[in-house]
Amino acid sequence: MNSFLEPILAPFFGLMLTNIVIILIKVAIVIGITLLHVAYATYWERKVIGFMQFRLGPREVGWFGLLQPIADGVKLFFKEDIIPATADKPIFYLAPVIFFVSALTSLSVLPFFDGFAVANINIGLLFLLAMSSLGAYGIVMAGWSSGSKYSFLGGLRSASQVISYEIAMGLSLVGVMIMSGSLNLTEIVKAQSNYPTGFYAIPQILGFFVFFVAMFAETNRLPFDLPEAESELVAGYFTEYSGFRFAMFFLGEYTGMLIMSAIGTLCFLGGWTLPKFIMDLLPFLSELPPIVWVVVFLGKVYFFMFLYYWVRATLPRYRYDQLMNIGWKVLIPLALVNIVFTGTLKIMGWF
Amino acid sequence: MLQQLFFGYYAFTIIILSLLVVTRRNPVHSVMWMLLLFFHIAGLYLFLNAEFIAAIQVIVYAGAILVLFLFVVLLLNLKEEISLKQFVGSWPAGLFVTGLLFVSVVSVLGSYIQGPIGKYSIAAVRSETHTKALGKLLYTEYLFPFEIASLILLVAVIGAIVLAKRKLRS
Repeated sequence: MNSFLEPILAPFFGLMLTNIVIILIKVAIVIGITLLHVAYATYWERKVIGFMQFRLGPREVGWFGLLQPIADGVKLFFKEDIIPATADKPIFYLAPVIFFVSALTSLSVLPFFDGFAVANINIGLLFLLAMSSLGAYGIVMAGWSSGSKYSFLGGLRSASQVISYEIAMGLSLVGVMIMSGSLNLTEIVKAQSNYPTGFYAIPQILGFFVFFVAMFAETNRLPFDLPEAESELVAGYFTEYSGFRFAMFFLGEYTGMLIMSAIGTLCFLGGWTLPKFIMDLLPFLSELPPIVWVVVFLGKVYFFMFLYYWVRATLPRYRYDQLMNIGWKVLIPLALVNIVFTGTLKIMGWF
Repeated sequence: MLQQLFFGYYAFTIIILSLLVVTRRNPVHSVMWMLLLFFHIAGLYLFLNAEFIAAIQVIVYAGAILVLFLFVVLLLNLKEEISLKQFVGSWPAGLFVTGLLFVSVVSVLGSYIQGPIGKYSIAAVRSETHTKALGKLLYTEYLFPFEIASLILLVAVIGAIVLAKRKLRS
């Protein structure tokens, strides 16, 4: 990417500015593609759940309802922006921005294929965990500043839920860190492609399970969508939001799902690579252009997204005490056991 | 030059933000300024090439401890809290002690001696990545203090559970 753009841009901008311009182009590409994905993730969700419930899903706007997400976006954009009289205004304005920005910032460290990440940093995995914990502020502040009981309860639930499951999620990824010996996402993927099974989901099955459950709780999706449980709390923390402020929460939630899917793909399913034994069997695969590997990566991400929808259509919501028990008494001990196992096997030289 | 500029920005902003944290009347606003403060401290760590510490600063302080602060603050009765005077009566005494501390720090600044340069120069840390260098040192040379620190944390965890359980029984 850099070597391709540098000769084109360098005459116009000079060397120092060129780097900045390249980064800006990358950021624009990543955000643009992600927001398009977010729009069609909602379409796909409604279609998948529709078919699972013997309905047809959206089909009025455009061919097979394909323009539905765009129509929804336009509608949200033109709605009236209402601010409750009891709201704490500065924080009410700030909360959706914090939520959305923390989701978009996480995108900057994700490698979509070899060498394409906006920032290839050494602590990529830790950066993702830090940003996901920042997102919790958006939710809590939205709940508190709305000045409504439903919002407030939703915000409180979300705060404790996200803190509890973040521990489980962080610990479940430690196994991957031990096996690959790195926190850099590109290095993790490369280490996986050289591993016999081709992805860490097989030896790290325990860690993968914990990550998978925590993934749902971190993004406030069913069966752990207690912060926005419709039947109890209207819509939870964003009850009082309307128009584009609501859209920011909505977009942030789906971006969060895409990011969690991408973390799962990169850390457990081998990212953009195929297992080494397949590459050895079919040597012509390594000649293919990089666009193929982007498709492989996206395919794995879509698989995770499909699991999100599948679980949503299948499982009922947990009770709040059950949620806490699963997090603290099942997932965290399991993740700790996984770390001890992985560490022992690593010292014995089996990994 | 750029380095001094960066450091100056961080130092100045951290002071301003700390003042904002202690002077806000609304505790929730204080917590939000504190969040910004923690991010600036993380930026200062990044500036010192300590990327791992910067990430941990955000994850532990902003992601866990401050959310717990927020949790407690949200459960307060804010309407009463806001109408209270924000400083307790003994603040001049506090200011006096802080002033003495400041004077003593400034007076010893002159006798500053730069320590010997260790084998972990910036180039060495960069080539090995900061996380790896830190981990190796913690688990070899500084294993004993590291274990003591973890034992202290364990004691604190057990203490918290014992206290909570005692309240539950009575």
